[in-house]
Amino acid sequence: MIKTDVVIVGAGPTGLFCAHQLGIIGLKCEIVDNLDKIGGQCIELYPEKPIYDIPAIPECTGEELTNNLLKQIEVFKFKIHLNQRVEKISKEGSNWKLTTSTQQDFLSSNIVIAGGVGSFEPRKFSIKECEKYENNSVFYSIKDKSIFNSKTVAIFGGGDSALDWAIELSKNSKVILVHRRDEFRGASSSVDKIKQLEKENKIELFTKYQLSKISGDNNLEGIEIKHDDGKVKSLKINYLLGFFGLIMQLGPILDWGLNVDKKTIPVNTESFETNQKGIFAIGDICSYPGKLKLILSGFHEGALAARGCFKNAKPDEKLRFEFTTTSKSILKRLGKSN
Amino acid sequence: MAKVTYIENNGKSHTINVENGLTVMEGAVQNNIPGIDADCGGSMACATCHVYVKEDWFNKIPSKQEGEDDMLDQAYEPKKNSRLSCQLIVSEELEGLIVNLPEKQI
Repeated sequence: MIKTDVVIVGAGPTGLFCAHQLGIIGLKCEIVDNLDKIGGQCIELYPEKPIYDIPAIPECTGEELTNNLLKQIEVFKFKIHLNQRVEKISKEGSNWKLTTSTQQDFLSSNIVIAGGVGSFEPRKFSIKECEKYENNSVFYSIKDKSIFNSKTVAIFGGGDSALDWAIELSKNSKVILVHRRDEFRGASSSVDKIKQLEKENKIELFTKYQLSKISGDNNLEGIEIKHDDGKVKSLKINYLLGFFGLIMQLGPILDWGLNVDKKTIPVNTESFETNQKGIFAIGDICSYPGKLKLILSGFHEGALAARGCFKNAKPDEKLRFEFTTTSKSILKRLGKSN
Repeated sequence: MAKVTYIENNGKSHTINVENGLTVMEGAVQNNIPGIDADCGGSMACATCHVYVKEDWFNKIPSKQEGEDDMLDQAYEPKKNSRLSCQLIVSEELEGLIVNLPEKQI
């Protein structure tokens, strides 16, 4: 059990800057994120796309923004727990107890939900029967590629994951790549490679086709794919892989007793506290009149939520407003003075 | 202003007057029409405002811009007549537009 002042749910820009503000006012925090990397939507959706509306930064990529935010909080040595989702919360006296999907427990006087639009999960095949084979012969990510050796694998999708895995698995497996249109959104060098492998008969390529049927008993045996014009093809395969990108689900947050309106959490704009004392929501996930889903709004919300957390974490202390330029105690926390 | 009809997957139909300059997505969200999530708020960064545009309309509306099909790859059951409703800007020319909503967005 880790005891702390604040657990931040979500390691996107909003969560990271809120951590900075907590560090500045002398609170401890722990950050939890479901993804395997830090940066939230910035890293997952547009790591290389430039952002032009961060104050005083004319242009930066999602990756640069994330790295700079990390550098800004480095001095506080806050721990970031990746690959785990906060599943359950419960009240313990004046504290909240949180349990993650990897059974990590936290005890904290505050929770700041900076969860974006929810946690990222793979988009799955829309054919219901695929569920039966999931993690057995239907996969949305690959942990051990050796299971595909000498087997027939159908890969669906047109992005980098689909193309990269098609190229990689074609070395030791029979690969069939299926995509809903002729154009691919993956890197053009990968598309060229796929076309070359198709010419060499190392990959079978079907475009303008989508999955229409899946068959088998205990094990997957075959699929049917349907062309835009209605033509159907049957394929015998051993494994089915889908790479359709990620969708965002609010997930367990819905069960935390919070008011939820159109997938967002209403907050007061003084401290960004929700209807539950000690639970705050900032960034894309919160809503209030005039809410803008911009990173800069998330920074502002995080700064105010941090002050709100202080009242719960140190009820007997008074927080004085101070500037980083002049405050001795802040400069000490930042490691800038002796 | 244009009349836009949204047909839910269960067949329930909603006809709304949407102001010029708003998107078909905004018309739905502002009028609480179920079936359009618009998680990203209309920035073409998700595929949760996905609609099917009635065939006779599909070729009449402005065609897809770069990136829209990339997002539609990630939609639930995309079809030939799939569009992201956040990219359909309402004008008089869209008077009478009919869009069908998918079974679900996520």
